[in-house]
Amino acid sequence: MIFPVLCLFLAARFSKIQNKSSTAKYGHKLWPMPQLISSSTDRYPLSPRQFIFQYASGSSAKSGCSVIDSAFKRYFPLIFKTEKHMYRTFSMQPMLNVYASIHLSFPFSVVDKLSVSSGQASLRAKTVWGALRGNKTIHIRHVRYKYFVNKTEIDDFPRFKFRGLLLDTSRHYLPLPAILKTLDAMSYNKFNVFHWHIVDDPSFPYQSSTFPGLSSKGAFHPSTHVYSQTDVSRVISHARLRGIRVLPEFDSPGHTQSWGKGQPGLLTSCYKGSVPSGTFGPVNPAMSSSYQFISRLFKEVASVFPDPYIHLGGDEVDFTCWKSNPEVRGFMQKMGFGTDYTKLESYYMENIINLTKTLNKTSIVWQDVFDNHEKIPEETVLHIWKGSPAQIQQELSDITLAGYRVILSAPWYINHIAYGQDWTTYYNVQPLNFTGSEQQKSLVIGGEVCMWGEYVDATNLSPRLWPRASAAAERLWSDEKTTSSVTDAFPRLTDFRCRLLRRGIQAEPLFVGHCRHEYEGI
Amino acid sequence: MSTVVFKLSGASFQIVDAKESSSGASCSLLQNAYRRYFEYIFPSARKQGHVKKKTPASAVSELQVWITSADTECDGFPNVTSDESYQLSVDSPVSVLKASTVWGALRGLETFSQLVYEGEYGAKSINRTEISDFPRFAHRGVLLDTSRHFLPIKVILANLEAMAWNKFNVFHWHIVDDPSFPYLSRTFPQLSQQGAFHPYTHVYTPSDVKMIIEFARLRGIRVVPEFDTPGHTQSWGKGQKDLLTPCYSGASPSGSFGPVNPILNTTYEFMSMFFKEVSTVFPDAYIHLGGDEVDFNCWKSNPDIQKFMEQQGFGTDYSKLESLYIQRILDIVSSTNKHYLIWQEVFDNGVKLKQDTVVNVWIGNKVEEELQKVTEAGFTTILSAPWYLDYISYGQDWQKYYLAEPLGFKGTDAQKKLVVGGEACLWGEYVDATNLTPRLWPRASAVAERLWSDKDVRDLNDAYSRLAQHRCRMVQRGIPAEPLFSGYCAYEYKGV
Repeated sequence: MIFPVLCLFLAARFSKIQNKSSTAKYGHKLWPMPQLISSSTDRYPLSPRQFIFQYASGSSAKSGCSVIDSAFKRYFPLIFKTEKHMYRTFSMQPMLNVYASIHLSFPFSVVDKLSVSSGQASLRAKTVWGALRGNKTIHIRHVRYKYFVNKTEIDDFPRFKFRGLLLDTSRHYLPLPAILKTLDAMSYNKFNVFHWHIVDDPSFPYQSSTFPGLSSKGAFHPSTHVYSQTDVSRVISHARLRGIRVLPEFDSPGHTQSWGKGQPGLLTSCYKGSVPSGTFGPVNPAMSSSYQFISRLFKEVASVFPDPYIHLGGDEVDFTCWKSNPEVRGFMQKMGFGTDYTKLESYYMENIINLTKTLNKTSIVWQDVFDNHEKIPEETVLHIWKGSPAQIQQELSDITLAGYRVILSAPWYINHIAYGQDWTTYYNVQPLNFTGSEQQKSLVIGGEVCMWGEYVDATNLSPRLWPRASAAAERLWSDEKTTSSVTDAFPRLTDFRCRLLRRGIQAEPLFVGHCRHEYEGI
Repeated sequence: MSTVVFKLSGASFQIVDAKESSSGASCSLLQNAYRRYFEYIFPSARKQGHVKKKTPASAVSELQVWITSADTECDGFPNVTSDESYQLSVDSPVSVLKASTVWGALRGLETFSQLVYEGEYGAKSINRTEISDFPRFAHRGVLLDTSRHFLPIKVILANLEAMAWNKFNVFHWHIVDDPSFPYLSRTFPQLSQQGAFHPYTHVYTPSDVKMIIEFARLRGIRVVPEFDTPGHTQSWGKGQKDLLTPCYSGASPSGSFGPVNPILNTTYEFMSMFFKEVSTVFPDAYIHLGGDEVDFNCWKSNPDIQKFMEQQGFGTDYSKLESLYIQRILDIVSSTNKHYLIWQEVFDNGVKLKQDTVVNVWIGNKVEEELQKVTEAGFTTILSAPWYLDYISYGQDWQKYYLAEPLGFKGTDAQKKLVVGGEACLWGEYVDATNLTPRLWPRASAVAERLWSDKDVRDLNDAYSRLAQHRCRMVQRGIPAEPLFSGYCAYEYKGV
């Protein structure tokens, strides 16, 4: 994918009104909270018949830029609710100019400025990704059937570059509409990474062109519970148009029960004494066939998924089966590993990380890989998922001290439901609250909300995700100092939740109350 | 059950009234049910008219429904003494479902529909079976709260449908409470005008209520409304001035209000008119009057009430005042010829109750003690305490609902007989249409089996495998019942 190089254009005609006291009131309707916002109570009417999105004359992004074109199309009905068509009258006033510029080819740098003033509003962004986020930030209030927008200046950028959400399509198959809907909701929350934990023990729904047996034998059902190549590209393109990266995870050597169904010989045969017990364990690290298989599979994965990163998993490897297998024991001896099976795990992980590197992808792995002292390239990203608050802090310190980038998920396992307003726990997480230098802190590239699938499928995914994940969305985007009060966040999040409902996202309530338009489904 | 398998064909199978049945074409309750259950069994049936072919020996061509009692109760309302027993004989070419009234037939139809499965080549199949069934408990309810969040009609109806699949027979409608008053009263329209979240979009009109009652009736479900007083009434005060007690801060009103004011005659005039209306709108023999969690602080602060307490010689015992209020309400409701249910506090606080009052035990601790006390005093009881389904937690919590034993307390047989059933409660603080259905199902199904089936049906492994299938069936019928654990259904939920 080629991103056009564009140039920056300043819209200088607007007078800024420094009116910070109205921030709190105005900030009511925005989620996540922008970094810098000033607004006044001056407001301008908007007519759905006249309002248009337009590329400014100085913008390098022009009509034909699919990301922005489709965003214009998407946001118009979201803003003007029931207006299905827009048509221009002869006295049209261009109302929102979009100026977009880009000079990076990866969507990591997002700085945008949104100005709303009389006559026109301008959205200035370095990249199309910034333009997308800015589009989302426009707040239009409507009174009865009139639409208004307050005079506003917004200067916004995310605190963390990696703002992810994990879905697990192995414990339960998630039909495509559920995934696409989640991507929509993610974009409203400014999440930018979809971590697709696509396969695991219970099922293998990914339809591989190299190894079709994996899904035909390993999926819950070979036709109805698989993701075809077109399904996968659909997800990737739907995500791309919303500025969301798709990070696939093919977790090994553990969590691979379903792989063995279609790939006999891949998994370690567990032994009961001197005889195979009939059950299987992690991928067999002692066989070169394992690495040949992984190599071919990953080659396919690397070409199917365009993101420069792949998540390799590497968590919760149970050594019992390896220990029981005589071939594996023999291999341990040959390699001089003694009885230290973490060395065997390391051997496996190092191999596949290097393999991934040769495919020009960077690996992300769960923290277990670091905890077990495995030798990993310095660009590998570690993913923290477990531990008490103190242990998490220690882990952050240790990993960043060793010079690795890290993503934080441990405090955001939102599959762990509980009675009451648990969104506050997710909101109160302080990702950089650990002992370390500024340099270390800069290695925390972001975090990820995890929705593991043991108890979740399309029947309850949306209400369980939203708006609880929104709490983490703000923690990852916004400035921590201006978003440290749960009391202040509550009314804003309540409003935002009603907005999500209006946009067709089945977000559950925070507490007693109502939305003007309730959810119409069951 | 045996392993003789019969097939069913969408083109030739029919559910009909047996020749001997006392119910016929005029009983729309059953006719509707036949159509409904036919569609459950054959969801994509090509209904191209009936094929009068000779039925092969291994097929079931007819399910004959035989109501044996002269009074089918077809046009009536179910009540706590209704006979829901049935006998089902699955054979070829004709199967027979026998019940003394339509209520048993409804239960039997559900069971029949659950016996049908897809055989090897996708053909609808059913095994030769003999079933004789009846509920262990007569009161098997689900409580929904439409005050903490307004629930659109659609979601209420969808859940009534799901209740029928689970043989629940009481919809306990906790319709109003502190946060909002969505019930549109004909006599006092200002109650919802001022008290609902929105006077047009967040109310239940008289025709909405009628629709819900009839929808429930057609499924053998009673609608028991709850108008909880004197506490839990903040929203009532919005549209009814002087109904609630003005709280005092020292010598002057603080601006806030407390429970219903028990010392004013206007209170009882209002309640009298209000409950008169309620008794005509809701046909069930019972009304739930609440009576829980009455906070005495506001009453204590009010000088008029303090004076009243003195005059009555109640001293500082405010439960006596509560008693006085409840007594008068119970008398008002009795005079409308309704019976009533109350939450346990009313009993615990020593209020004088009519002998046929039903006490609803809900407080989570000392449950066994409470059941003992209540039944010892001779009162009918229903149990809700172990089944507060709004208390969600991570993991397979259906198991603890399943294992709760309503008669697990020390008492005589006569006492145990007084426990007529229980209710799964889904309070609405964190629940509305966006998450109600997956939160209720299939967790409430665990309660359903506990209340219908025999005491000794308790094996969790067996229950898991049946409940997982039951859950997939509910999903297939269009209800987003959430999963029990990792796995799949042949037909996943199609909504998003």
